[in-house]
Amino acid sequence: MTMPSINKASALLILGFVGLVCGPLVLSGFEMSLLGQFLALAILAIGLDVIWGYTGILSLGQSVFFGLGGYVMAMYLEASSLQPGQVPDFMSWSGVTQLPLVWQLARHFPLTIALVIGVPWIVAFGLGFLIFRSRIKGVYFSILTQALAVVAATLAVNRQNFTGGSSGLTGFTQIAGASLYAHATQVALYEVSLLALGVAYLLAWRLCHSPFGRVLVAVRDGETRLRFFGYDPAAFKTFVFAFAAVLAGISGALFVPQNGIIAPAQLGVAPAIEMVIWVAIGGRGTIVGAVVGTLFVNYAKFYLSNHYPNAWLYFVGGLFVLVVLVMPEGLAGISRRVLKHFRSPEARSHDQGTEPA
Amino acid sequence: MTKGRSLLEVSGVSVSFNGHRALDNLSFVMYEGELAVIIGPNGAGKTTLLDIVSGRTAADEGTVVFDGRAITGMADFRIARLGIARKFQTPSVFPGLTVGDNLVLAGRRQRGVWATLVRGLRDSNQAHYDSILERIGLAHRRDTLAGTLAHGEKQWLEIGMVLAGRPRLMLIDEPIAGMTAQEATKTAELLREIAQDCSVLVVEHDMDFVKTIADRVSVFHQGRLLIEGSFDRVSHDPHVREIYLGPEPAHA
Repeated sequence: MTMPSINKASALLILGFVGLVCGPLVLSGFEMSLLGQFLALAILAIGLDVIWGYTGILSLGQSVFFGLGGYVMAMYLEASSLQPGQVPDFMSWSGVTQLPLVWQLARHFPLTIALVIGVPWIVAFGLGFLIFRSRIKGVYFSILTQALAVVAATLAVNRQNFTGGSSGLTGFTQIAGASLYAHATQVALYEVSLLALGVAYLLAWRLCHSPFGRVLVAVRDGETRLRFFGYDPAAFKTFVFAFAAVLAGISGALFVPQNGIIAPAQLGVAPAIEMVIWVAIGGRGTIVGAVVGTLFVNYAKFYLSNHYPNAWLYFVGGLFVLVVLVMPEGLAGISRRVLKHFRSPEARSHDQGTEPA
Repeated sequence: MTKGRSLLEVSGVSVSFNGHRALDNLSFVMYEGELAVIIGPNGAGKTTLLDIVSGRTAADEGTVVFDGRAITGMADFRIARLGIARKFQTPSVFPGLTVGDNLVLAGRRQRGVWATLVRGLRDSNQAHYDSILERIGLAHRRDTLAGTLAHGEKQWLEIGMVLAGRPRLMLIDEPIAGMTAQEATKTAELLREIAQDCSVLVVEHDMDFVKTIADRVSVFHQGRLLIEGSFDRVSHDPHVREIYLGPEPAHA
């Protein structure tokens, strides 16, 4: 009985996706690049929604994994345009004459892709293993991840001959042999970001709507209880935390060539909290909400910070308070409530099964 | 009293919290197919024993052997996989999942991360879950979110979840707390029925309820096993009467 409404929702999603695919045909180069960046960011939001909305793990350190992917990609962009034996300018200024190992690896595109996925995975898996096994959860976990963001941002500033210091890495000219200034390259980056977002969406949806997803909800609702049914919550949490970290890494790697810069400021606490706000406003526990929230907040940020540079922070803060107080299910919750008026009562009660508690 | 093979042997277990001795060199045996009830005043160590057996609390001293296997110090989720299931005092179901999903989650055999990822959508053993839904009287609520059930229904669902995993030993903490008289009667029937397939260890205060269900009653007092036997024997014991009725010191 619920099939028609499910189909309607999927049809809407497919339509939206096709519309986005055709984006480069109607958007200006600048508009397309902007949207491409936001699509890349939405990949991170999907991962955050899986760990927060479904599993109840509020990470305030997703910016770290974003930064790991972003920096690896930036190293590739910078290193691949160097002559053999040459080092980036900021390195030679501080007396470094030989390219560090990670930089050497990042000269090769396939290795870069492997690092973009592998580094966040290993870091998150190791951290998750230690943290979740010690049964650190709830607000203590959030604080810990926040500290992680501070550490990462500080390290990126201090390890100047490796990361380029506080000004970050920028001035990229080419990717995989193609000029970053060419329109075709920009279209390709946009479409790849969109494709990656689509794949991330399908993966996350599949994950959350399977027995695995039910275990995640059970972890969120009653982790201790779950243990006495023979499940090891720490293992499940470690897995999804690493999954979200990989999505964040891919997000950073796709964002950097379109944005043109990665700097320590992007690894810190403030961006990490902003990421949480994207998901909260979109509606956590609904994967599509994470995507919509990311696009909405980032467009709002772009236009508002252009026109009212000082008001932006008040706006995003106010929006967050509003969402928490009056619409805890975010934009997705509102649209669902509107849609419900067109549905049968059975569909209504069935629908509640996917809402966060 | 049914005396089969011994299934659970707790030997010489002691555990202290902040200097308070919750269990004091306690030994306790359960046999296969038995429905045993533990009674005793508050702080007698009843729930602590369940915590020790299910791996929630580590014993300071002593051993726990389940089905010939030492489980002392084993991780709680591993103990659960051996077939020791636990029903907590407050109903703890997963509110964000449907009644049916709660059961499947509790009954699935694949409980590792990879197995959960790779295996198919539904547990093939649908008939098993159907029969449990019938048994706990929630067949008509399969697709209801567990969080919206009434208190008594949640208790039954949790008993159903515990059953879904086909345990060999069920540990049940105060199953009728907060229930109406009718709900309690239904619960008693349910527990008697369950005890035909597995051993059941119940902690309960309500004496009428205990009288209805117990094969054997064990009285705990200050972390020790005071006496055990049939309900009649135990309820006529002068020590027991003293603990429950008599002029005992304030710490009882």
